[in-house]
Amino acid sequence: MKSVFSALASAITLATILTTSPVSAQEKEIIVYNAQHKSLAEEWAKAFTEETGIKVTLRNGGDSEFSNQIVAEGAASPADVFLTENSPAMTLVEQAGLFAPVNADTLALVPKEYQPSSGKWVGIAARSTVFAYDKTKLNADQLPKSLVDLADASWKGRWGASPSGADFQAIVSALLQLKGEEATAAWLKAMKENFKPFKGNGTVMKAVNAGEIEGGVIYHYYWFGDQAKTGENSKNVELHYFKNEDPGAFVSVSGGGVLASSKHPDEAQAFLKWIAGKGGQAVLRDGTSFEYTVSTGEAANAKLVPLADLQAPKIDPATLNSKKVTDLMTAAGLL
Amino acid sequence: MQSSPDFARPVAQASLAGQRMRLFRLPWIAIAAILVSLFALIPLGFIIAVAIQIGWATVVELVFRPRVGDLLVNTFFLVALTVPLSIALSVALAWLTERSDLPGARLWAWLAVAPLAVPAFVHSYAWVTLVPGVHGLGAGVFISLIAYFPFLYLPVSAAMRRLDPALEDSAASLGLGPWRVFFRVVLPQLRLAICGGSLLVGLHLLAEYGLYVFIRFDTFTTAIVDQFQSTFNGPAANMLAGVLIACCFALLVLEILVRGEERYARVGSGAARQAPRARLGRATLPCLLLPLVVAVLAIGVPFVTIGRWLVAGGWEVWRLDEISAALGQTAFLAIAGAVLATVAAIPMAWLSIRKPGRLQRVLEATNYTVGSLPGVVIALALVTLTVRFMLPLYQTLVTILIAYTLMFLPRAIISLRASIAQAPVELERAASNLGRSPANALWSTSIRLSAPGAAAGMALVSLGILNELTATQMLAPNGTMTLALAFWSYSGEIDYAAAAPYALIMVAASLPLTWLLYVQSKRMAGQ
Repeated sequence: MKSVFSALASAITLATILTTSPVSAQEKEIIVYNAQHKSLAEEWAKAFTEETGIKVTLRNGGDSEFSNQIVAEGAASPADVFLTENSPAMTLVEQAGLFAPVNADTLALVPKEYQPSSGKWVGIAARSTVFAYDKTKLNADQLPKSLVDLADASWKGRWGASPSGADFQAIVSALLQLKGEEATAAWLKAMKENFKPFKGNGTVMKAVNAGEIEGGVIYHYYWFGDQAKTGENSKNVELHYFKNEDPGAFVSVSGGGVLASSKHPDEAQAFLKWIAGKGGQAVLRDGTSFEYTVSTGEAANAKLVPLADLQAPKIDPATLNSKKVTDLMTAAGLL
Repeated sequence: MQSSPDFARPVAQASLAGQRMRLFRLPWIAIAAILVSLFALIPLGFIIAVAIQIGWATVVELVFRPRVGDLLVNTFFLVALTVPLSIALSVALAWLTERSDLPGARLWAWLAVAPLAVPAFVHSYAWVTLVPGVHGLGAGVFISLIAYFPFLYLPVSAAMRRLDPALEDSAASLGLGPWRVFFRVVLPQLRLAICGGSLLVGLHLLAEYGLYVFIRFDTFTTAIVDQFQSTFNGPAANMLAGVLIACCFALLVLEILVRGEERYARVGSGAARQAPRARLGRATLPCLLLPLVVAVLAIGVPFVTIGRWLVAGGWEVWRLDEISAALGQTAFLAIAGAVLATVAAIPMAWLSIRKPGRLQRVLEATNYTVGSLPGVVIALALVTLTVRFMLPLYQTLVTILIAYTLMFLPRAIISLRASIAQAPVELERAASNLGRSPANALWSTSIRLSAPGAAAGMALVSLGILNELTATQMLAPNGTMTLALAFWSYSGEIDYAAAAPYALIMVAASLPLTWLLYVQSKRMAGQ
């Protein structure tokens, strides 16, 4: 039996040696908590490393998961940079006081509407809410005029969404900001009755394409991405932009920030600046992500409907409340 | 039903004396089992601590709500339908492959184990591709059945192969017909195997995540992950986990009640005669249909689907640097985790066979309960504990390996237990009487003899780690990208073609492990 114990002991020793091996030997390395699409962040990281020699290690996950994780980690967070798809997660970390101020030259790259007044994080990309619908089933005049209309009983069983995703929760946070708590709670209650739940926006679009539902509330770029690849999951799908400053015309700002606890603040700031600058925005414009660019003077992919034409509601990204949204959605039985 | 009535009484007396003796002579093994169980209790303690922290009123609000009711109904029907179907399918297949003269029995036996090589979420991925829009309870039961029945087939077929035909002959000579012999003599002897296997299947149903996400079937585990992705470690996730633990307790109690305490080892001179195979005669063709249909559904469909996506994706989807890195990381985690889990399982498995009692049941229940928790709950507890109290261990290999051990301990215990049960306790006593120290006596007899079970357990644990998603994502060191994580990431972006190479490699890596399991179960029967 002794040999069993010694095997256990040596296994633990081995593991300890392996894990405590000198990470600090590589000086120029940053750890990024990445809630953006893995492929996009990998493209950013690769190009940045080639240009600067700074190594980037990605940890992939979701907005809300990471923001709450960073709060739980507090000052001990191993992360240097946090990238999201939507801004509520940024606000959560900011309110916990865990972000270092973003360098002024980085903030200067991005228009004021895509960053909080505090300067604790900065917009790196943007995405628009759309109603992706089955063009073989719905005509233009049968489309909902507003996101709010989907609570109507006539839409029962006809539309879908991905309620557990940070994307949809950001859209709900915009609704909350524009219409107030009572109206949002009522809308969510009606939504629970009416909609079909899916996991992931891509899956919602796939279901629309397959005729399982007539439409779904998602972001625009899933459609463009699929069209650029095989089109297999979007050939029957068309996008409807609500416009008219409707809650459904919400444009969500993806954010990036540097953690106050970062041990490599200079490299972290450099990475954020690179993403918000020419290099990172060019990846958005020329790559396959189809997210909007946000930096001044950096045009978006020509295939997209210009941001200026979307008539998005004016919402300060720093005011979006993720905690309230998940509480309301839990109360409505959506989570 | 006693399988060896002649020996029952003296054995009982001897083991009583032996118990008293060992209580003083081998306390370390109990201590080791207690230590492992204490470790296993961390996630439970964590959930209780959260409940106390948020207060009773909030607990009631989060537990007694319609959503929890929906999930309970889903989970109940999933288990109540899948487990009996799995038992029926496994017993039928085991009888056909082990006790009948079905042509190609060996091939069919192997094909009945092979579905284990396909991760549950890959089964789902295949069916979603083949039948777009498939969803709900029916789909959940069907895919769970074909993904998990081998967990029952393996022990049932092994047990069936080992049966002493003398008992069946006696029953037949006393006037029972073949069907009644089967139900009154064969089936009761399979009870340990069926109970162990059913528990394993039931626990997997409770903990599975990926399979049900593809087909939009909500269970407690998927709901916990939803909550986790929205709130990280919010109280709602923990309270859902609390209900899930209660479900698991219900399964455990059920298994203990049904399992009983009978002794099944054969004691006597000589070896059991090999059972003759039943002649199927005219029934051969219809009987062939069952294993054939199962093989097509459980192996054919995943392979054809993966092949279809590989063709559609072409060479582009083979990003070799990415893939080889993921393969290396996965192999390392799987091997290290399997060794650790098996070593941790030894004390518990030994106690449960050699010294069953209240302490052993409490400890075993603890380990099974933790093993039934979804990876995300264990990960949540470990993340919070390491980040608050043991920072040097946060996001290290040690933590993820501990999580794997906690999650997959039941697999290691069940395999070891079956093996130790077959190692006669008399050998241990003989070794002691011949002057070996207690630990040495145990090592040179039961543990060595249970090596086949240990190897099978390791293979099962490795398989589990290969397919693990949520805990790996939360706990693994930064930059970790296993095959399962990469597959999940691509399929989440509905890039099914890019996910296909990872699915193929996972299946290819699992096949040898599954083959090992198959060979092991043959060898245990002395073939």
